[in-house]
Amino acid sequence: MSFIPGNDSPILQILSLGMYVFFIIFIFYGQRIQMYVMVREVENSLHKLRIIKEEGRKTAIEAIKEIGKPTADPSARVDRYLEYFTIGPQSMDPAGIVHKLDHILDTRDERLKEDVRIMAPEAANNDVQINNLENTLEAAMALNYIYKVVRHYYIQGKKTLSLYVIMQLQMILPLVMKEAEAYASALKAFAYGQPIGDGVGPLIASKLMHGYEVRKVPKDCVVASVPFEGRNALVLKAEGPGGNVGKPGDAIEHVIEEQQGNIACLIMIDAGLKLEGELVGEVSEGIGAAIGGPGVDQFKIEAKLTKYKIRNYAVIVKEDVGDAVSPMRKEINDAVDKVIERVRDVVKERTKEGDTILIVGVGNSIGVGQ
Amino acid sequence: MRLNKMAQQTQQSGQSNKIGNYLLLIVFVVLALSVVALFVAVETYFIGDIIAAGIFAGIGGIALAICLFLLYQYRRQATEVKIDIPKVMTTIECQNKGCANKTIREFQRGDYIFKDLDVACPKCGGKQMITAIYKEVKVKEKTYSV
Repeated sequence: MSFIPGNDSPILQILSLGMYVFFIIFIFYGQRIQMYVMVREVENSLHKLRIIKEEGRKTAIEAIKEIGKPTADPSARVDRYLEYFTIGPQSMDPAGIVHKLDHILDTRDERLKEDVRIMAPEAANNDVQINNLENTLEAAMALNYIYKVVRHYYIQGKKTLSLYVIMQLQMILPLVMKEAEAYASALKAFAYGQPIGDGVGPLIASKLMHGYEVRKVPKDCVVASVPFEGRNALVLKAEGPGGNVGKPGDAIEHVIEEQQGNIACLIMIDAGLKLEGELVGEVSEGIGAAIGGPGVDQFKIEAKLTKYKIRNYAVIVKEDVGDAVSPMRKEINDAVDKVIERVRDVVKERTKEGDTILIVGVGNSIGVGQ
Repeated sequence: MRLNKMAQQTQQSGQSNKIGNYLLLIVFVVLALSVVALFVAVETYFIGDIIAAGIFAGIGGIALAICLFLLYQYRRQATEVKIDIPKVMTTIECQNKGCANKTIREFQRGDYIFKDLDVACPKCGGKQMITAIYKEVKVKEKTYSV
């Protein structure tokens, strides 16, 4: 039998037969082949995630051993810590859910801090080091969680041989890997106490309040009264230099109540996620409560501002998720003076001399004193 | 620290190095076919059909290149995990306004912004303070003309 009419070369016949077979295989098994290619890609990423996660765990254990000088090996306790979970409040009847969530988050925070104190007895009375260790462990916890979720969908996709499960996972993997790599570089920043991109808000507040008397306000925040363009600026930030975001919601509520609502405006400075194509360190201005997190602080701030009819302005420094949790980039550091100028413009244009204004630097104060 | 080591070393995992058997089989089948196509190209060239020889050589060459690229990619992806840990720099400034001496050195544990240092300014002997801590990203971001 000849597959190519008029040509009797045996090699050519084998080749054309091979082509036919290959073509038929692709008709019936094309999708499956495509799936194997995707599974392979996911497998490679999962392998990378596992190494990053393991290194995260080891970095956290080493930091605890180095700073906390525990008498026993903290590995088992670290492993328990990495598996902690938080159950969100029931939302069938949403009234009061913010306060329930607030309570759950407070409990979680206290529990994790207590655990770090037990793991690192030498640093138990040093809040800066306890906060830094807690942040290191939280980064390791995030890496552990990312790895487990990706592994879950990978195994589920392989078990069910579902192209669509694998396809969804493969499509979001570049973003997941980017986040995991960001947390991996955050580990070192947290362990060493280096300022991170998210700390640009507290850094600007520090620059404004430096040299003035600072007092503590609940919870874990500091405030200073600073003369600013003929106004009295109350500058607020999370207490540094330990890794701490404080509870700006509670702190702003406290300061506004102290002033009996006599605040001309609130200006919030924070790191904002940039869109692709935008430059790192770009400064942008708008209105509203510039604060991330689960929404509890934003809720409290908005409620208090509405009660006293206080206007709210926001200035953000653009950066991507990787920059936000890794050591601060030079471009972000260079944006500090630009933001101060922008705040100065807002204050001069929107308030009168003699007014009291509230300026809040939102973010993690790690590596930023006051 | 471990992360520094991690940035330098190339790590391997026996289990993950295993390339999917089916996929590997397909790559090798295509590789074999491409080699056959190249042989046919040579044979056809000596018969005198230069156009057919060119077509076979083209198909064989492209298939061979794709297969080798795929094998190289699998090997590379499965074995390498690199995380770049950039250098973090600390800027120290003299607090004496007449001097304003500025020094930049590598970050040391315990540094934080607005930390007063015990070391006096080498120029005027004044107090020094850390004014900035940042990393410099040397890799230029890819820009798009849109």
